[in-house]
Amino acid sequence: MSAAKTPDSAAPQAGLGRTTARAPSAPESGRGGKEAPAWRRKHLLGIEELSAEEIIHVLDTASGFAEVSTRSIKKVPALRGKVVANLFIEDSTRTRTSFSLAAQRLSADVLDFYSAGSSLSKGESVRDTARNIEAMGVDIIVLRHSAAGAAHYLSRCVNTSIINAGDGQHEHPTQALLDTYTIRETKGRVEGLRVAIVGDIGHSRVARSNIWCLQKLGAEVTVVGPATLVPKGLERMGARISHNFDDVIPEMDVINMLRVQSERISSRVFPSLHEYTWLFGMTPERLERAKPDVLILHPGPINRGIELAAEVADGPRSSILRQVANGLAVRMAVLFLVNQAASVSA
Amino acid sequence: MKTIVIRNGRVIDPSRKLDQECDVCLADGQIQEVGRVGRPAEVTIDAEGLIVAPGLLDIHVHLREPGQTELESIETGSAAAVAGGFTTVACMPNTEPPLDDEAAIEYVIRQGARAGLCNVLPVGAITKGRSGKELAEMGRMARAGAVGFSDDGEGVASPAVMRRALQYVAMFDRPIMQHCETPEIANEGVMHGGATAVRLGLPGLPAIAEELMLQRDITLTSEAGARYHAQHVSTAGSVELVRRARAKRLSVTAEVTPHHLLLTDACVATYDSNYKVKPPLRTAKDIAACIRGVKDGTITALASDHAPHSVAGKELEFQRAPFGIIGLETALAAYIRALILPGHIDWPHLIRLMTLGPAEVLGLTKGTLQVGRDADVTLIDPQRQWTVEASRFKSKARNCPWNGEDFVGKAVMTIVGGEVKYCEPEDDGRVGA
Repeated sequence: MSAAKTPDSAAPQAGLGRTTARAPSAPESGRGGKEAPAWRRKHLLGIEELSAEEIIHVLDTASGFAEVSTRSIKKVPALRGKVVANLFIEDSTRTRTSFSLAAQRLSADVLDFYSAGSSLSKGESVRDTARNIEAMGVDIIVLRHSAAGAAHYLSRCVNTSIINAGDGQHEHPTQALLDTYTIRETKGRVEGLRVAIVGDIGHSRVARSNIWCLQKLGAEVTVVGPATLVPKGLERMGARISHNFDDVIPEMDVINMLRVQSERISSRVFPSLHEYTWLFGMTPERLERAKPDVLILHPGPINRGIELAAEVADGPRSSILRQVANGLAVRMAVLFLVNQAASVSA
Repeated sequence: MKTIVIRNGRVIDPSRKLDQECDVCLADGQIQEVGRVGRPAEVTIDAEGLIVAPGLLDIHVHLREPGQTELESIETGSAAAVAGGFTTVACMPNTEPPLDDEAAIEYVIRQGARAGLCNVLPVGAITKGRSGKELAEMGRMARAGAVGFSDDGEGVASPAVMRRALQYVAMFDRPIMQHCETPEIANEGVMHGGATAVRLGLPGLPAIAEELMLQRDITLTSEAGARYHAQHVSTAGSVELVRRARAKRLSVTAEVTPHHLLLTDACVATYDSNYKVKPPLRTAKDIAACIRGVKDGTITALASDHAPHSVAGKELEFQRAPFGIIGLETALAAYIRALILPGHIDWPHLIRLMTLGPAEVLGLTKGTLQVGRDADVTLIDPQRQWTVEASRFKSKARNCPWNGEDFVGKAVMTIVGGEVKYCEPEDDGRVGA
């Protein structure tokens, strides 16, 4: 029951057969031009609008950047002289930290805006805040917002590049990219894999972005959860729906466990955490019935003992900490690519 | 007041199934004669090539006065109404404060008269403060001039309160006009609860939120014997409920808006808040059902639900922006696009849905060209091609989903109480001595 490959020895291009220009060697953006750029977007708003080629280009660029974190001096000058603003209208320590670190490793200056204590809590609209940030000469705004479509909306209000770091229940594109990156790194491919996403699908931006991302790369996605949290409309996005986790487990190559929100009990979508865990928790017993090389993902933070048993979270099948490390590389790639596209179009 | 003769128009009066080329004479604020008018006129209007219809009614508008005159006022709303061909509007009580007592009703009537453009008829609140708990003084409001009662913006959630309201209002011969939306199911919903909402990650407002309340109300109406009007029905299920209620001879009527006849939830895909409205834009199947309901007489009135908002108010994240679409200045052209151009109904039927039908909902003696009735007349050029320019609206608001679009058909002259209150600049020459 040994893992097929260790993450470090994995060959990201295997099975996808695509080589693209590697990013870190380019000290300044916008000097390439040898071939038609595979990425022309100055914003990353969602996965839905991306092509498979664009997704693969981000993942390939990320694998080039992954090496930077292993250096003794963890910096490349790709975004030197650029300013990245983290505009987080909704709390998120992890995603913000990951974006900050990613920007810093690219030598960008980083500006942090929080909802609390800022003009936003004084009633300023996010549009006005973003326009102010833009006027200060910021190149990229990383936006986390509790309203779906907020990134699309802001991209119409300002000329700055917008990276969606999660908009309400809509999309969380960099999370899907890092999940897919982790799958590809571990399994060597995405195409043909069976992936289950388990939990509160209806309220999850992670689920939506993952459904698009994995399907575009040829994986087969099943969403699993209580009927009250898995809306039927997901079938129109191409996902298979199941309410029986035990039925689904044995056939899966990857199982992505979503965080369950206890506030859903007061909104009457399921009766108790106890019953939730009994039906949809990843326990050691359930893991026994999975494929021996199944990959367990979780976007964090984990509710230990609820959607994920501690033994599973810390066990050999779990890639949770790899996801965090890969998140950095993926976000470096996204920052690099949108900046490059913005410089070209400017 | 001068004697006006409108000559050589295509006169359509649904109240007596009239559709022929003839003249209409107005004097002393009343319709004097319809036919070949020989008598001399002080003012002659050449209506050749135009439809001459009873003044159009819009029984569902929001004029935002009192309290929110930065969005619209009775004066600007009246100006928008006559520019859109409407001679009478019924305005909803969700103002600040709400129209829930006779002083508020009298205020609106007075402001309507002061604006002096169209007939402004207030709809009073069903419950005090529109809070759905205690009945408002519907008797005193009816006496003061309220033409109907609604908590529009909210449905009356409690079945006990709605039951009492229906029983009580029957004494005053006014309709209850309900915004059907079950709050616990509508919850935080901001668009139609369907596959598009799931894809966009926006909380959905499912069709059943509307249908459950409508079904409940129809049951209550059959007991109370009151007149019940379902506002802005938007789902196939709602149309079917109204159809069955009317088949049982219950006094149930329903209206449909221009946007629910033309736009679907797919419009929301760019998160443009100009498509955020209650009830939400539904699916193509619902549009087809609403059109079928119009064709077979289930739906007897068209109404715009003109809901003005400021540019700043609408320029927000979709979830934060307010609900509402304006309609007074585009409604007629939108109905033509939805119903006449595809051949679903003919002109006399459309005129009925905009005149006699809504007048009957409120029990008004308007919406006809019968001799002796109010001299409210709308002249329509059915071929006029024009482009929507929201920046030129008489309304203060710009929250229109059709800005920049080309439409066919326009009201070119609006006569209220025997006086020309609106005339398209290029039709000035039609008016002579």
